[in-house]
Amino acid sequence: MKLAVLFSGGKDSFLAYLKAKEKNEVACLISIVSKNEESYMFHTPNIHLVDLNAQALEVPIIKVKTTGEKEKELADLKKAIKSAIKKYRIEGIVSGAIASTYQASRLQKICNDLDIWCFNPLWQRDQVSILNEIISKKIKVIIAGVFAYPLDETFLGKELDNDMIAKLIKLSEEYKINPAGEGGEIETLVLDSPLHKKRLEIKRAEKEYKNHAGIYKIIDAELARK
Amino acid sequence: MILIINMCKQGLGLSYEEFVQPIDDIVGKDNDSGKKVVHYLNINKKMIDKADKIIICGTALKDNDYIEHIEKFQWLKDTESKVLGICAGAQVIAKVFGGKIIKNKEIGVVDIEIIDKRALITDIIKNQAYALHNYGIKLTDSFIIGAKSKKSTQYFKHKEKEIYGVLFHPEVLNKEMIWKF
Repeated sequence: MKLAVLFSGGKDSFLAYLKAKEKNEVACLISIVSKNEESYMFHTPNIHLVDLNAQALEVPIIKVKTTGEKEKELADLKKAIKSAIKKYRIEGIVSGAIASTYQASRLQKICNDLDIWCFNPLWQRDQVSILNEIISKKIKVIIAGVFAYPLDETFLGKELDNDMIAKLIKLSEEYKINPAGEGGEIETLVLDSPLHKKRLEIKRAEKEYKNHAGIYKIIDAELARK
Repeated sequence: MILIINMCKQGLGLSYEEFVQPIDDIVGKDNDSGKKVVHYLNINKKMIDKADKIIICGTALKDNDYIEHIEKFQWLKDTESKVLGICAGAQVIAKVFGGKIIKNKEIGVVDIEIIDKRALITDIIKNQAYALHNYGIKLTDSFIIGAKSKKSTQYFKHKEKEIYGVLFHPEVLNKEMIWKF
């Protein structure tokens, strides 16, 4: 089946891409670039790097900008999906939704309206198992944003390796945060994987952190040989 | 042994991960008596006889293949096992016992009103559930309706058998129902 993957460059959408690739053709990625920092659907730091990830994966990408107002961003998503249907003849959409009924139901409605398939292969997955799958599939991921106490600026830019996963699990038990960040506690960025023809190399980045929220703002990055 | 029936059209691995794997994960956590996942087209009498409990899963909104294969579920009429049908599973239960599968769309979180507690495996604690269907059900009087949403029958039980159906997806907001089952 020809599919498009809703892609932010974070670990969940990348894992969804990996799963979609196993037995299907991923014809393109779709990214929604939201100006609204409070967006329920799409806001993520470093969304500007989706182009680099798409180049590294050698997959076409459709990018649509949105002001991020609640219903407007859904209309913009629908527009992007329609464009993928027209340009790449896709028959379905794949997302990395894990637990948000808000996100999942809205995507389901759009796909249903357009009479295409909607797949959410991480749906209801245990968060720790997702983190472990990231390691076992050799995906290089960094923490690009933290949005909950006790996650502080020391986490920003750090790789999601076994030590970091153990630390996040411990904190999730103590402070009731989601270890994989499904509640919006953590945002991530994929830099490399076995499917990447080139890796993303960060040339310059800054940490912005205050009031228990911060982002690892990547100012300059490029593709590098592996 | 708990038998988990995969209702996804064959070849839809991504739907399996979305609709069957979560049920398998919930059952797997505290289950000592064993479990087995089987596709509905591959069910045989031996499997049904061996199962103490059977869960018939849901599938993707666009997947209606199971409606073309209702004859594969005639074992429901004879089984003595406890059965829980989820969404597509609830639809086939209704159909096998003489009811109808009717157009009825609900996508997202719906409010649930309890009608008759005798038909419930466990109470719906949150009075909310996650619905994902283009088809609903029209039941015969062989069933007790346990709960409804504004648009459809959501929860029912066969009057004489331990056969339950839920049109919503308990694996999302009502996991305790599956644990209890």
